[in-house]
Amino acid sequence: MTRHGTPVVQARTTDARTVPRTEGAPHDARAARPGGDAVTRYLARRLGLAVLVLWAAYTVSFVVLYALPGDPVSIMYGGDSTDVTPEQLDALRAEYGLDQPLPVQYLTQLLDAVRGDLGTSVVSKQPVTTLLAQAIPPTAAIAGAALLLAVVGGGTLAVVATATRHRALAGFLLSLPPLGVAIPSFWFGLTLVQWFSFQLPIFPALGNQGFASIVLPAVTLALPTSAIIAQLLSRSLLHTLREPYVDTALAKGAGRVRVHLRHALRNAALPALTATGLVVGGLLSGAVVTETVFSRAGLGRLTATSVAAQDIPVVQGVVLVAATVYVLTNLLVDVVYPLLDPRIVTGGRAAGVTAEPDDAGRPAADEHATRPPSTAPAEHAHAVPAGGAR
Amino acid sequence: MSTIDSLTGSSPSRPDGFVPTALDPGTRADDFTATAADRFADAVREHDDELTHRNPWRSRLEDLVRRPGLVLALLWSVAVVVAAFAPSLLAPGDPLVGVPADKLQPPSAAHWFGTDQLGRDLYTRVVHGTPLTLRAALVAVLVGLVVGALVGLAAGFVGGLVDDVAMRVVDVLLSIPALLLSLALITVLGFGSVNVAIAVGIANVAAVSRIMRSEVLRVRTSGFVEASQAGGSRWWTVLFGHVLPNSVGPVVVLAALELGGAVLAVSSLSFLGYGEPPPAPEWGALVAGGRDFLRTSWWLTTLPGLVIVATVLAAGRLSRALDGDPGRAR
Repeated sequence: MTRHGTPVVQARTTDARTVPRTEGAPHDARAARPGGDAVTRYLARRLGLAVLVLWAAYTVSFVVLYALPGDPVSIMYGGDSTDVTPEQLDALRAEYGLDQPLPVQYLTQLLDAVRGDLGTSVVSKQPVTTLLAQAIPPTAAIAGAALLLAVVGGGTLAVVATATRHRALAGFLLSLPPLGVAIPSFWFGLTLVQWFSFQLPIFPALGNQGFASIVLPAVTLALPTSAIIAQLLSRSLLHTLREPYVDTALAKGAGRVRVHLRHALRNAALPALTATGLVVGGLLSGAVVTETVFSRAGLGRLTATSVAAQDIPVVQGVVLVAATVYVLTNLLVDVVYPLLDPRIVTGGRAAGVTAEPDDAGRPAADEHATRPPSTAPAEHAHAVPAGGAR
Repeated sequence: MSTIDSLTGSSPSRPDGFVPTALDPGTRADDFTATAADRFADAVREHDDELTHRNPWRSRLEDLVRRPGLVLALLWSVAVVVAAFAPSLLAPGDPLVGVPADKLQPPSAAHWFGTDQLGRDLYTRVVHGTPLTLRAALVAVLVGLVVGALVGLAAGFVGGLVDDVAMRVVDVLLSIPALLLSLALITVLGFGSVNVAIAVGIANVAAVSRIMRSEVLRVRTSGFVEASQAGGSRWWTVLFGHVLPNSVGPVVVLAALELGGAVLAVSSLSFLGYGEPPPAPEWGALVAGGRDFLRTSWWLTTLPGLVIVATVLAAGRLSRALDGDPGRAR
C-alpha cells in the first residue's frame, strides 16, 4: 500500500557481486561497518519491543474478555441458567477475583501471568497452562509440517512461474495462489477426507495416531499458507528480475537458472521474510478449523471447544500463546535479517539514505515507515506489491 | 482473515492495479509482462477514443467482452446479491421443510444440488442461506471499514500522540491472528449471525485503519492540501473537503476485496458452529452438516463449498476491476 512503508526492505539491493561499485558505494560503505555495538543495540531494542508487544497483547485480551460490558461469570455459566442462585454467582465472582474493581483484577492477573499462572479452566477445572502444554505439541507437529509444505510448494510455484517463458504456463501457475486463498479450509479438508480417506483409503480421516494422520491436516493447513507465500514471492521476484543487476549478471554470462536462483531469489526472499510472523499466526488460526475438521486434539480444538463453552481463561491463554508465537517468530526474523541484509541494523536513518528516489522525494511524514520488520508487519507486507509497481 | 487478505490480494494503490485472479487467465500474463510498448499502445488508443468521441458505454462493453472472467464474476455477484435480498426469486421452495421420501438424493433436474438427510432441497437451502451469510459479511466489512477508516483518519490527520497510540494498538491487534480475535469476541458476545459479523468486522479494523492512515498521510502532504491550508481553510474543511474524499478510494477497493475474506471468515465461524442455531442454512453450517454423510453423499459438502469459493473469487475479481486498469476502466 504505502510507499512510505517500503524503504527499509525495498531499498535497492546491494548484491556486492553484481551492483557496480560506483553506484552503490556510499551505501556499501555504511553497511560495511555496522559494528558489534550497533548489532547489540539493535537486538536489545527488538527484545524490548517483543516484551512490550506481549504485554500489550495481554492487555488487549483482558480488555476484550473481562472489561467489555458483560458479566464474565454469568457468561461462563450460561447467562440464563436458573439453577445457579445469585449467591452462588457472587461466590464464584469472589473465587475468580471478579468482585474486585477492574484495575485490581487486571494487575492481579497480570502478575499471576508473569509468574506463569494463567488461571483455571472453568470447564475442566485444570490449570490453563497444563491444558495449553498438552495441546501445543500435536498442533506444532501439523503446523511445522504445513509450514514446510507451504514454503517448498509456494516457493517452487513462484520460482517456476517467474522463470518460465511459457506465457500460458506462467498465467496458469500465477492464477493458483488467489484460488488457494479463496478456498475455505474447512471445505478443502473435508474434500481431502472424501478423496483420500473414503474413495482411496490411504490416510485416516481423523485422530492423532501416527505419521499418516498428520498428512491430510498438514496439507489442509498448508493450502492458504502456500498461496500467500507464492503470491508474495512471485511479486517480489518479478520486481527483482527487473533490477539492473540482473541484466548485469546475464550480460556477464551467468546462466538464467543461476541468475534466477542465486541473484534474484536471494534478494526477493527478503521482503517475503517479513511476512513470516503473519504466516505463522495464520497457521495457528487455521489450526482451529483444521483440527475441528479432522477431530484432532490440539491447540485449535482446545480453542474451538473453549469458545463453545465460553471458557474465558482458556481462550485468553490461547490468544496469549498466539501472540507469543507471533512475537517469537518476528524476533527470530529480526535476528536473522541483519545477517542477510546488513543495512537494517543502521536503523531509521539509513532508510532515508538508501531509499529509492521516489521515496526520498516524499517528505518523511511517516516515521513508522522506518521501523524494522516486526513492528510493522502489514506495512511491509503491503510494500511488496507496491514495490512491484514500478 | 483480514490481514492475510490485505496481504495477499490487495494493493489498491498499485498504479497498474494488478491482483492476480483465477477467473481470468487471459489477461494475467499480459499484466505481468506488459511492456512499455503495450502501455504506450494503450495510451494511444485511449487518446484516439477521446479524439473520436466514441460512446464511452460502448467501449466499456467492448472491454467487458474482452474480459470473460470479469463478466462471469459480475454475473455471479448479481446472482448472489439477488439471492441475498430476494432468495425466493431464485428458489421458491421452503428451505426448512423436506420430503422425507426424497432424502439423500444425488443432484438431478428436480433437485439441482441434491437433497439432505431430511429430504430438504440443498439448492433451496444454499439460496436461502445467502442472506444470512452475505449480510453477515456485509455487516462485517462495514464495521471494519467505518471504524478502521475513522481510526486511520484520526491517526493520520491529527498525528502526534494520537497517531502513536493508535498505531501501537493496531500493531498489537495485528499480532493476534484475526480468527482468534474474532473467537475471543464471540466468547464474550455469544453466538449468532450478528455477533459473528461484529466479531469479524472488529478483527478487520486494524488492517483497514493502517491503510487509511497511510493514504491520509499521502494526501495530507500533497500540494492541494497545503494550498488549502495556506489559503486559510478551517481544519474540518481540509479534512472533509480534501483529505477524506481523496484518501477513501483505496479503502473502498479494499472493502470489495475484504468482502471475499469476510465471506470466508463468516462461513468458517458458522462451520465451527458459532453462527445461527442449526435449522438456519448458513453456508458454513451447510458444509458442516454434510460432514456426517461425506462417505455416501458428496454433494452435501462439495456443492455449498463450491458456492463459497465462487463467491470469494468473484469478489476478488470485482475488486481488481474496481481498483485497476487506470484510464481504461474510466
